[in-house]
Amino acid sequence: MTWKPSQDVIEVQRGPDPGGLGGAYRAFGETLRGLRTTFGRLVEGPVTMEYPENKTPVYPRFRGRHKLHRFEDTGLEKCVGCSLCAAACPAECIRVVAAENTPDNQVSAGERYAAVYEINMTRCIFCGYCELACPFDAITMGNDYELADYTRSDLIFTKEMLLADPVERTPLRREGE
Amino acid sequence: MIVFADVNYVEGTLVMIAKSLIIFLFVLQVVPLILLLERKLLGRFQARLGPNRVGPFGLLQPLADVLKLLSKEKFTPATAVPWMMAMAPAISIFTAVVTLAIVPFGDVRHHALFGASYGLYGIDVSIGILWAFAFGALAFYGLMLGGWASGSKYSFLGAMRSAAQLISYEVSLALSLLGVVITAGSLSLTEIVAKQDHIWYVLPQIVGFFIFIVAAFAETNRPPFDLPEADAEIVAGYNTEFGGMRFGSFFMAEYINMVAIAGIATAMFLGGWHGPGPGSLGPIWVLVKMFLFVVLFIWIRATLPRLRYDQLMAFGWKILLPLATLNALVTAILVAA
Repeated sequence: MTWKPSQDVIEVQRGPDPGGLGGAYRAFGETLRGLRTTFGRLVEGPVTMEYPENKTPVYPRFRGRHKLHRFEDTGLEKCVGCSLCAAACPAECIRVVAAENTPDNQVSAGERYAAVYEINMTRCIFCGYCELACPFDAITMGNDYELADYTRSDLIFTKEMLLADPVERTPLRREGE
Repeated sequence: MIVFADVNYVEGTLVMIAKSLIIFLFVLQVVPLILLLERKLLGRFQARLGPNRVGPFGLLQPLADVLKLLSKEKFTPATAVPWMMAMAPAISIFTAVVTLAIVPFGDVRHHALFGASYGLYGIDVSIGILWAFAFGALAFYGLMLGGWASGSKYSFLGAMRSAAQLISYEVSLALSLLGVVITAGSLSLTEIVAKQDHIWYVLPQIVGFFIFIVAAFAETNRPPFDLPEADAEIVAGYNTEFGGMRFGSFFMAEYINMVAIAGIATAMFLGGWHGPGPGSLGPIWVLVKMFLFVVLFIWIRATLPRLRYDQLMAFGWKILLPLATLNALVTAILVAA
């Protein structure tokens, strides 16, 4: 039903009366239509993705487990321990303790580095604000979403775990897929 | 008139005992199979896979279900009547299995293996289909006792619903089969099947067949008439308070009922053991027809939503009952004329 602004009264169109012989005839017809619909699904076959064996690919911008990065050429950590990610985090799940770089212990490219970098995955809401806040692109969101574990303490990810090459468990969706 | 089946063929006590054992074993084998078939088919109808994790192709799923039920606690609410709660599932199972006893799988035939003639059915009672109605009416006590003795409100509501529903639809079911009984001139299921050697009664009794299907869904509490156990409104109706194998027994009774109704439909409308090929294929044809009928049950379950309670009652009394009466009346006039 289309309504024009010039119309004062909206005419309501109702369906046919459900009772009576006509109603019974229509109900029978609709039943057959429903049976045809379900039979169509039987013919088409299942659309199930059998999860642990086959995984639905994620989009490139999917926000999964975090990754910390190093410079590829020097191998130094990108993170300088500025704690901007911790400040941006709405769930307050990031803990950063910074320390000074010394000439014989040069960990990051800047003056300071993160001596402790922990993300509490039980609290993280995967909003990606840490990634946005980071001035050096040191932390990004990865693709991995299989984070289940048995104890809560196992879900506090340390710097070593975040810096390690991530296990590529999740297939990535190609462009335009 | 040629008598095709030896009606009321009397057999020895030992043979009867053997037959009842076979029926019980058949039931125990066929219920898990139908359970699996239902879950698999329901999945396919909804573009899913259905259970496929336990054993190859999920074949051991029913076994896992039964083991789970067996290991569960038998819980009895403080307000319940325990001995009635124990009795109710037994009544349900008993009536369901007994109904299956009159389903004929084949004619009376001489078997070289046993050196005597046996009929391929549990018993051939002279009252035939009335037997099914008698035990169908008793089956309602299982649901009613189960619901009432649980001492919980949801169970009581479910029991009330099942009482009203079974009584309303029992009449239409009986009247829809009356047409066949009049046409065949016999109540005995074996004789009714024997009379269908040129034409199955589904063609002359097409109206009766449709009424029978609808009433059968209501009698077996299958969707779209599963109001006694409507999960969404009254949790699980009469079996809310039942746990473990007591619930399992109710569940099994529902499936045996489905098989029994499929068997009666096969005998009354679909020509029983008649089909192409030699006569020895008879039991296979009965099984095939019953299987197709069970598939229809599952297909309907996957398709139709549950009726509202007033719709159920109005449909039963205002449409189905007059139609069934008219059908029986017209058949009677045509046969007499």
